[in-house]
Amino acid sequence: MRPILSVRDLHVNFGGVKSADGVELDIHAGEVVAIIGPNGSGKTTFINLCTGYVIPTRGTVLFDGEPITRLPPRKITRRGIARAFQIPQLFTGHSVLENVMLAVAAQSDIWQPIGPLNRETYREAALRILDLLALNDSADQPTAVLPEGLRKLADIAIAIALKPRLLLLDEPTSGVSTAEKTPLMDTIVAMLRAEQITALFVEHDMDVVERYADRVFVWDTGRVVASGHPSEVLYNPSVIERVVGVA
Amino acid sequence: MFANYAPLIVDGLADAALIFFVAVGLTLVFSVLHILNVAHGSFYSLGAYLSVVIGTFVAGRGWPALSFLALLISPIIVTLALGPLIERTLLRWTYGRSEALQILVTFGLFLILEDAQKLIFGVQSYSQDAPMTLLGTTQIAGIVYLNYQLLLIALAVLVAIGLRLLLKHTGVGKLIIAVVADQEIARAVGIDASRVFMLAFSLGVFLAALGGALASPTVGVSPGLGAETIVLAFAVAAIGGLGQIEGAALAAILVGLTRSAAIYFFPEFQPVVPYIVMLAVLLVRPYGLFGSIGLRRI
Amino acid sequence: MVVRYLIGIAVIVGLLPLAVSWLGFVFTVAIGKGLAALGVAILLRGGMISIGHALFFAIGAYATAFLMRGKINELITLFVCATFITAAAGLVVGAFMVRYRGIFFAMLNLAVSMVFFTLLSKLYHLTGGTDGMRVMTPTLLGMELSRPAFEQALQLIAIVLMVGAALAVDRYLKSPLGQALSAIETNEVRLEFLGVSARGVLLVAYVASAALAGAGGALSAVAIGHVVPEFSYWTLSGQLILIAVLGGISGVPGPFIGAFFLELVRTFAVGFAADAWNAIIGISLLVVIFFLPEGLFGILQRTETRMRRPKA
Repeated sequence: MRPILSVRDLHVNFGGVKSADGVELDIHAGEVVAIIGPNGSGKTTFINLCTGYVIPTRGTVLFDGEPITRLPPRKITRRGIARAFQIPQLFTGHSVLENVMLAVAAQSDIWQPIGPLNRETYREAALRILDLLALNDSADQPTAVLPEGLRKLADIAIAIALKPRLLLLDEPTSGVSTAEKTPLMDTIVAMLRAEQITALFVEHDMDVVERYADRVFVWDTGRVVASGHPSEVLYNPSVIERVVGVA
Repeated sequence: MFANYAPLIVDGLADAALIFFVAVGLTLVFSVLHILNVAHGSFYSLGAYLSVVIGTFVAGRGWPALSFLALLISPIIVTLALGPLIERTLLRWTYGRSEALQILVTFGLFLILEDAQKLIFGVQSYSQDAPMTLLGTTQIAGIVYLNYQLLLIALAVLVAIGLRLLLKHTGVGKLIIAVVADQEIARAVGIDASRVFMLAFSLGVFLAALGGALASPTVGVSPGLGAETIVLAFAVAAIGGLGQIEGAALAAILVGLTRSAAIYFFPEFQPVVPYIVMLAVLLVRPYGLFGSIGLRRI
Repeated sequence: MVVRYLIGIAVIVGLLPLAVSWLGFVFTVAIGKGLAALGVAILLRGGMISIGHALFFAIGAYATAFLMRGKINELITLFVCATFITAAAGLVVGAFMVRYRGIFFAMLNLAVSMVFFTLLSKLYHLTGGTDGMRVMTPTLLGMELSRPAFEQALQLIAIVLMVGAALAVDRYLKSPLGQALSAIETNEVRLEFLGVSARGVLLVAYVASAALAGAGGALSAVAIGHVVPEFSYWTLSGQLILIAVLGGISGVPGPFIGAFFLELVRTFAVGFAADAWNAIIGISLLVVIFFLPEGLFGILQRTETRMRRPKA
């Protein structure tokens, strides 16, 4: 079966720092995979590379077999890759519901200037997504005053509203208290399975990785140094030394 | 061959020198305060007005040589009167606020200063010629040059070197560089950033006023000069890359030479030449020759 | 909600000149500037400040003058053509401008307006230089009206134009496209990650704001009967910004309220403070920014909500 995302020989260089140094990986449809690795190993850069925010110096990214390597973020988004951010990226002048409605509208008729954004079809679609992420109670709250955990969810809700086939989550549980992590990931993964979205998430918490990932990639200095099922990889002594020892 | 173009090049470099003073002040203030002061051109015209008024006064009393002193004293007066005052009252209200607000505030200041000059100096054109005539001319290889122009070029080179030395080798300069590099860290290690802001802003005011004062013997000073100057200074700063001192110097030379060439060959296009150069540069390099824009961390 | 305010304004502006006839001209000119300020307000929604928007006001005004020189005498045709010409100019200038944000956007707009001002002043044989160009009284739907009758008709047309433009802009700002414009201010990066071109969103706003300024310029040209290079000068750009901010950008009536207010003040101030008019504009701008950030319309809305609360 052809992988949904296929990365070959990906390199990028920031003033001498190799954030990607020959990355190769495949992700298959329906998987939920995790990336772990010490800080500065290039995990966020990898997401930036796959979504067009950073242009690689060399290498290719194939989505569904089509190269998307040098496309800008908006074109990659339109092809079906959405992302959520480590620092939630919200439209702070709008409510949670409006943020999601804007994302719903973005796929269809964002360019029409006549009918209002606040219309029944957008509202229903947005509320359905807020429901999936248990965000209904915050729908009308301004995003500027939301607690961090809810901001994370709102950020993910925007990404889901784009109906992606592949979702890239950058540290979904960072900034969230330990007690909140499990319910948060339960909600997200249940939603991913329900919507049949393939997902990749960057994570520091090994318990979260073991519990939710089908597969895990271990990152170090811009390359994949190990991969496999969490139960094998996470107990591999060299991985523990590289990742857990440092992080 | 060269002899034909030598006067053109000297004209261009003298023009570049004057543009450099005001543009480097603009770019310096931007690099420290992250505010592009729309009222910056008004300091230039204030320096020009003041030096003409003082210069003509002392020349009229029989001491034309003192008009040189006026060229230096006027920018100092403008700086002491307005630099700390504006930074301490108006600008510090805008630190950390939206860029839109900062633009509105300095634009408001610009409107006020332009009219204030009209109220003080009227709408007539001022000029002085004592500094130019006193210095006389030099003949090199059969071509006559104005010594004043040569002085301008020399002064600009001195100021450029002086700024470099100030920033690299003095305590104040190192403080400025630290604040430019990272304000948070600079504050954390105990640097009084607000004092650095005031110093840097005042230095910017001084450079603009100095440019105006030095320009006053070469042009008529009348309302509208401040507006023309801010747009020209921005064009030059943008060509060089906002916040880049060397960029401003190079851009000033580029614009000065192109302008003087335009005066020779297409006089009617002279006023729009700097903007054509700017457009051409920005189409190829959107943030100027030495400028860049960093990716936001996401 | 907005409709109610607009009808209120239209009625006041329509009826007052019946009692005080010279107000008719003041209001017509105010609507011209209000249209341009509405354009400035649209860009402010996206967090962009154009400090050279008088450029498009002048293009609309000079387009009208040139069209009349080309023997087009019908008012409606003049307005439509001048607005389209300005929109086209907005598209060309905007295609370059939308690459920039913040201070670059502001200053580049100023630079273009200054270049245009220089050209209008210097190309004497084409534009009449600093003397400007005359604009004769056009026909209205083929009728040749006397000047007083024409001015009355023009005032009504201006009111219709104001209400129509305000309603259209109101719909636009509430639409997905208008909301995407506000999203540029708060998080442009995320907007791109919704698959939306922020530059495209901004270009639409820029062309719309240019067209509004052009319509305002055309209206003013016909009302005043004369166009001069000062129409593109930065002092007028400054006024447009003050009008937008003073009126308040939270709703489309704001810029018009600001324009009526400012034109009335100017009519009274011109006698004793003509030389300090720009300084007054500048000081007012600072006062509004620091003390009335929501503008007159914002205050009006708040007062109304407060007065209603006890009943509810």
